[in-house]
Amino acid sequence: MYWKKCPASTFIRRRRRSISSSTRASAWSWWDHVRPASKDPIVGVTEAFLADPNPKRINLGVGAYRDDEGKPVVLQCVRDAEAKIAGSEFLESISAAISSKLVEESLKLVYGKDSNVITDGRFAGIQALSGTGACRLFAEFQKRFYPESQIYLPDPTWSNHHNIWRDAHVPRRTFRYYNPSTKGLNFAALMDDVKNAPDSSFFLLHPCAHNPTGVDPTKEQWREISHQFKVKNHFPFFDMAYQGFASGDFDIDAKAIRIFLEDGHLIGCAQSFAKNMGLYGHRVGCLSVLCSDHKQAVGVKSQLQQIARAMYGSPPVHGLLLVSTILSDSDIKSLWLREMKAMANRIKSNRSALRDSLENLGSPLNWEHITNQVGMFCFSGLTPDQVNQLARKFHIYMTQDGRISMAGVTSGNVSYLANAINQVTNYSQENLNLCNTSF
Amino acid sequence: MRPRSTSPLVHGFSSSSSSSSTADRRLNALVRHLLVENSSSAMDSISASPTSASHGDSVFAHVVRAPEDPILGVTVAYNKDPSPVKLNLGVGAYRTEEGKPLVLNVVRKAEQQLVNDVSRVKEYLPIVGLAEFNKLSAKLILGADSPAIQENRVTTVQCLSGTGSLRVGGEFLARHYHERTIYIPLPTWGNHTKVFTLAGLSVKTYRYYDPASRGLNFQGLLEDLGSAPSGAIVLLHACAHNPTGVDPTLEQWEQIRQLIRSKALLPFFDSAYQGFASGSLDADAQPVRLFAADGGECLIAQSYAKNMGLYGERVGALSIVCKTADVASRVESQLKLVIRPMYSNPPIHGASIVATILRDRDLYNEWTIELKAMADRIISMRQQLFDALRARGTPGDWSHIIKQIGMFTFTGLNAEQVAFMTKEYHIYMTFDGRISMAGLSSRTVPHLTDAIHAAVTHVV
Repeated sequence: MYWKKCPASTFIRRRRRSISSSTRASAWSWWDHVRPASKDPIVGVTEAFLADPNPKRINLGVGAYRDDEGKPVVLQCVRDAEAKIAGSEFLESISAAISSKLVEESLKLVYGKDSNVITDGRFAGIQALSGTGACRLFAEFQKRFYPESQIYLPDPTWSNHHNIWRDAHVPRRTFRYYNPSTKGLNFAALMDDVKNAPDSSFFLLHPCAHNPTGVDPTKEQWREISHQFKVKNHFPFFDMAYQGFASGDFDIDAKAIRIFLEDGHLIGCAQSFAKNMGLYGHRVGCLSVLCSDHKQAVGVKSQLQQIARAMYGSPPVHGLLLVSTILSDSDIKSLWLREMKAMANRIKSNRSALRDSLENLGSPLNWEHITNQVGMFCFSGLTPDQVNQLARKFHIYMTQDGRISMAGVTSGNVSYLANAINQVTNYSQENLNLCNTSF
Repeated sequence: MRPRSTSPLVHGFSSSSSSSSTADRRLNALVRHLLVENSSSAMDSISASPTSASHGDSVFAHVVRAPEDPILGVTVAYNKDPSPVKLNLGVGAYRTEEGKPLVLNVVRKAEQQLVNDVSRVKEYLPIVGLAEFNKLSAKLILGADSPAIQENRVTTVQCLSGTGSLRVGGEFLARHYHERTIYIPLPTWGNHTKVFTLAGLSVKTYRYYDPASRGLNFQGLLEDLGSAPSGAIVLLHACAHNPTGVDPTLEQWEQIRQLIRSKALLPFFDSAYQGFASGSLDADAQPVRLFAADGGECLIAQSYAKNMGLYGERVGALSIVCKTADVASRVESQLKLVIRPMYSNPPIHGASIVATILRDRDLYNEWTIELKAMADRIISMRQQLFDALRARGTPGDWSHIIKQIGMFTFTGLNAEQVAFMTKEYHIYMTFDGRISMAGLSSRTVPHLTDAIHAAVTHVV
């Protein structure tokens, strides 16, 4: 930044020169040195998409669910919940009782409704501003109580994870995760990195539907990871943003966490209701940190609340009321589970449709990963060049790493999409020099 | 009376008196109950060696319980009290004559509109929030005809109420501004210090409240700001100062403005009570507009918690008034980098309600009427309490009750007197003697009068 090169005294001298003896403010701005920030890689995709007037445009950027018309969806269970709470008193803040109940119901989803973690009250849980907010609270908490620690993030991971821990002043390291040649998990390398990290390191894990790759460890692999974490005494922090989206079943999608629980790990977990309840804009999530006993949990919770209070006070009530209504009304909750399954199924069928279309077009490349990968995203393997071509020539938008949000695919656009991908990856003379040898 | 400033409840008692009065012993017991080890000293005594962590132990076993927030702690204590005559004069949330929270009619209407509109979706807002909300918020505080707005020199981002706006503003300053010190008035809202410290700024104070006159220490304010280093950030309460209710006059504001501009200090306004102080949105915005009108730069944190009763929805906005449109655009892009790793984007519901109201002429007018009614009720409570204390012959000059402005009155009662009132009369308020007038009603004024009278005559 420019100002770093100028000592404060230079600023003051410049300032004084430009100030006349009157008290009218001078023409010099304090912010002259502020450079334009680079666009967020994910949010920037939507911005580019919105700026494109072409009717064929497709947004495969942000991981927000769409229906088969490509439209955003408000789940029926959410509409039911809205109707139920409409007209009720606005709350100044959610009462402590409702708040605790809500946290408990949220945690049941992740830890299992009969988990003794919940019955013993061995968790410090607070609502957070969706997954981002939950991760940030944990990062700040980690910094406060382990100021020398680092965080190990999978390579690759959601880009904002890096921003979050950076802004919390926790140094970041990565561990190997994705294997570009198999487009699957680089398990051996992952285990090596886990073993070679210093004891008691903090790791961030995606429990299911890894973002951006869609590549998840198998159950057996999770067991091995959990075992190695025990040996090394590492701290596992799970970012659960897509529970329900991987298999359609909440318990199956939580299996990684349940394995770690069985093995006695005291984990941390960020949960988001943005995707699986479609409550994106309401910013509803939960952060939990497991403790050895209830008393400790109370202490940890009080520290988390302090961090939250200095950041934004308390989380917004409306979203919390919606989640609370959905989770505590058995009819609405059943509806929700069915709607979640339907969303997951639509995505699975999109995957099949896209893969089939590409194979039917005679693409010589291997597109198995489209159906092997899991959750909202497909790590296509497309190069930045190919991604740019897709945007320029075909008005198809995705992040530079080739991540496709399968929710943006519809029966109406899958052929167009397959054709476009086929063209940019085609081994024709004109495109040869643009094809990446990663295939 | 020792005005409490930024130190939490616990530290306010650290200077112990030598008397061992009942009140003191009770206070000390309270202190011991609340006092916890400073968490960093606890950290020093824990070995960070990886191999010292025993199997099955939590890695956070050393985390001590944080002290209760002093303001919210009042409500916690109040809730536990079974007395039928208990009175909560702690947190600054508006209450009706019946002591109930109030949902404005105009807010109900707006919410109904939103619910009825089936085409509405729940997608992520942009990082900077709802565009229409941002524009309308800037107009509300700066005035619709503000040259700064017309010249596109203002960037406004939706944040989580006043707290969130202050935090985002503070973080931006810590990153991009060369002066890392912010001057806050003594006293100020208890959360200001924590917010700015965690944002990366260091906090100093300037004299503000004069306990002797229970008014503004204008001379002290001018001296302290006058001796601040050039470029320092200055936090200013736009109106209805919290906790004292003491505001500068417009003439004094003009002098403050001249001093600030001549020293090239950077003003950061906290506007949490626009409309609540006088009942007029425009009148309450005058100090901010005074500064914006001189062409200079400033930051403004706005909250809709109180004036629209949207406390729990966390609706607010941070505006930065810049010299040029180009600067404003670059500043906005940097604000996004602060917000994205904090919570990605702000919540949609509350901002949608505010936008619905502000954009509709009829709803807006209805809002101003309901807002004035709230402000008027508070002004009337002030008058009633003052009259009652005078009629009672309670010793002391209580005129500050009607001179102070906004939701709070800094009574001048000391911590011992407050503790007495809590124990004997079940009156809950913060130990700095601050009472929330919104918590009073015609029905409860006599009880409070009795309590104050007893406190000043029995406890000194």
